[in-house]
Amino acid sequence: MNARRFFATALVLSTLLTACSSDNEPKTVTMLVYDSFPIKDTPLQDALADFTTDTGIKVRLLTAGDAGTMVTKATLTAGNPEGDVMWGVDNTLLSAAIDAEIFESAPVQVDYGDVCVNYDIAWFEDRNVAPPATLDDLVAPEYADLLVVENPSSSSPGLAFMLATIARYGEPGWEQYWTDLRANGVEVVESWDIAYYERFSGAAGSEGDRPLVVSYGSSPPAEVIFAEPPRSDAPTGVSEGTCFRQQEYAGVLRGTDHPTEAAQLVQFLIGERFQRELPLTLFVYPVNKVVTLPEVFTQFAVIPSDPFSVDPAAIAAHREEWQDRWNEIVLR
Amino acid sequence: MAGPVERDRAALTRINALPRWLVPALAAVPTVVLAGLFVLPLTTLLTRVVRPSSIRDALQLPGLAGVLWFTLWQALVSTVLTLAIGFVPAYVLARYRFVGRRTLLAIVTVPFMLPTVVVGAAFLALLPDSWHGTARAVVIAHVFFNIAVVVRLVGAMWAVLPTDLTAAARTLGASPAQVLRHVVLPLLRPALWTAATVVFLFTFTSFGAVRLLGGSAHPTLEVEIVRRATQLGDVDGAAVLSILQLLVLAAVVWWSARAQRRGVHALGGSAHWRHARSRRERRGLSAVGAAIAIVMSLPLVVMASRSFRLGDQWTLTAWRKLGTAEVRPGVTLGVDPIASLLVSLRFATVAAVIAIVVGGLAALAIAAARRRGALLDVGLMLPLGTSAVTLGLGLLITFDTAPFDWRASWWLVPLGHALVAIPFVVRATLPVLRAVPNDQRAAAATLGASPTRAWLAIDVRRIVRPLAAASGLAAAISLGEFGATTILTRAGTETMPVAIARLLGRAGALPRAQGFALATVLLVVTAVVIVLVVGAAEQEGLFDARRH
Repeated sequence: MNARRFFATALVLSTLLTACSSDNEPKTVTMLVYDSFPIKDTPLQDALADFTTDTGIKVRLLTAGDAGTMVTKATLTAGNPEGDVMWGVDNTLLSAAIDAEIFESAPVQVDYGDVCVNYDIAWFEDRNVAPPATLDDLVAPEYADLLVVENPSSSSPGLAFMLATIARYGEPGWEQYWTDLRANGVEVVESWDIAYYERFSGAAGSEGDRPLVVSYGSSPPAEVIFAEPPRSDAPTGVSEGTCFRQQEYAGVLRGTDHPTEAAQLVQFLIGERFQRELPLTLFVYPVNKVVTLPEVFTQFAVIPSDPFSVDPAAIAAHREEWQDRWNEIVLR
Repeated sequence: MAGPVERDRAALTRINALPRWLVPALAAVPTVVLAGLFVLPLTTLLTRVVRPSSIRDALQLPGLAGVLWFTLWQALVSTVLTLAIGFVPAYVLARYRFVGRRTLLAIVTVPFMLPTVVVGAAFLALLPDSWHGTARAVVIAHVFFNIAVVVRLVGAMWAVLPTDLTAAARTLGASPAQVLRHVVLPLLRPALWTAATVVFLFTFTSFGAVRLLGGSAHPTLEVEIVRRATQLGDVDGAAVLSILQLLVLAAVVWWSARAQRRGVHALGGSAHWRHARSRRERRGLSAVGAAIAIVMSLPLVVMASRSFRLGDQWTLTAWRKLGTAEVRPGVTLGVDPIASLLVSLRFATVAAVIAIVVGGLAALAIAAARRRGALLDVGLMLPLGTSAVTLGLGLLITFDTAPFDWRASWWLVPLGHALVAIPFVVRATLPVLRAVPNDQRAAAATLGASPTRAWLAIDVRRIVRPLAAASGLAAAISLGEFGATTILTRAGTETMPVAIARLLGRAGALPRAQGFALATVLLVVTAVVIVLVVGAAEQEGLFDARRH
């Protein structure tokens, strides 16, 4: 093929390709999600399909790592993002994400949940001991050697639980609390699944012998929903006075090619159609007040009236320092 | 002064001199791959995020010296133990032919391929509670995961070791121990060095096993890098530590590449495998084989058994409900096992093809270039010693503008897998190539073959078998790869390890059991790939042996 023919062909091809991506085609909006967000065949996908039917905008989901990794990536690519919308920045990462200017405008809250101590109901009933209710209880002698927690440096529920103690006891009181907790025989593991399945005794099929674990306020309904054979009561309960509130946000990413469509999608994410699917797919609570919770949630989940929280800006400023301090106190 | 022998050798080398263009032609593709997908992304990341102050900050992190020391210490201990223990299965599998040999080979290899997140949980269950979170647990896990490297790399060499040499030594009155020490070990030296290097690289940069089994008190450099990059958003700190890690490992690889070249002996003669003849030999072989099989498969059996366990009973429910079916009205798990299996198989095939082509070319180039091949040799090993997170972030910001905006391209993932597999292909091939005796080439020259023709007939033919064997390894590496994959963004292309991690990461008996069911599928698929490819490779080898 001579050069002129080559360029002519290339020109025709490129014209064809441009024609294919012209305005008549439905726009596709890409949403970045953390890797525990299901990518196919769940009610969330049905809701997104309804969005496409109503607006003509297609939604593509991109997953990459946990929430922390997702925010790191967005920080590196700020202004030239991998997608148009991001789902799931939580309040421990929010401030860093906003400082890095990854969002076009302020992100909106889409859901919330709690990280709380869960207990093995049968274990405490068998021994006629009341399960702990507060953070104070956990350092009491009757709960010695019973609790397993995750390392806040490597696990997001671990981080949330450490933040709960910081919110409750302040600086430097939280350091003394962890010294006491250590003296009371707290066990530390690296990840939630090791804590919950290998060390905790309450989850169905778990191998552990410790009746207290740092998990989620929505873990008990999950135990009921996924029990096999089905069961009508939860094997685990939640210590209400130990909870840290996690909020998740979504927003339009700065540098998107489809700002209007992306904003439309974010509006849809906080609408009733999408929000009502959240509890049974992501095990978080909807922010939309119109939505009613499924019965299994009202029955077995605990939504504490006064959970602990820490200002996102303070988390961003002190997280590493707190984690290092925690390491010195608990692990050295 | 050069004696007559050296002069002869020099003359031989000259006669066999390959055309000048050959080495650059062979090295072109591997060099471009290495430069474009490894050097460029890393330098982009470094120049974009690292400032002089971040180097100072990162190097002054409290506890860094302790982390470095533990990383080095556990890697050395793990490497020595893996070599010592892996020696036995390497010998048995390379030298003997017996019923169930391929299965044994698969059992030994599979742990290396499976993601740690899968086997790690079962491993934890098998260790006594008091060992959890100890350095001992880390070392044991490292030996278990890396035995395959010794069996593969040392075994490949052992299988072509001429048996007439050892037979001659025995005839001359050497005891088996003396034969091992004075004949076999020196001949195996290059392969032993190679295996030691690879195991060291893996254990030095190990993440999953250290986190799962070593607990919080024993972070390694890699654990700290991942924490900085993904939890603290401190990418510049992570990048500096990655470079520190890379420098340490580059030094080790360089040193070992030199040691490996020094130990090379040309191997002529033919290799035979044997069947156990006497009753005693048969019994010994069965005992050793059974012991290896039991020890290596125990964690795998525990893992598989968990997929049949729901609550307190044994059941097939997790398997029956595997897939997209609703587990409760309106509740699905959003994991499609068949789709993820197909994605994994597709990635594995692509990764294996890339690794074989690039790795095969590289091995030929390195061998033909002799001393000057060291740079490419060491360069191709480095991706093994690089933090997957750092490399992933580098790729992300390097290929982010049109026409090189590849961030959402699916093939970036198998390409990343191939980058990890290429060194294995080179390692498995190079010792065999270096052992090609010069007199074979001389004979070809005498018979009138041009150097290039002789090279094609002798060198290129020799690598077919190791290449075929390495392709199985490459495919299996891709099947189990977890680290780099999770960084590279993808749409609708969820690999099996990612799907498994998602199932194991949530509360509830059913998702948990299904996670283990999916892990069992991955285990079986990996084992089948190994058995099939190794089988094909060995038939090819048999065919060659008969023709000689």
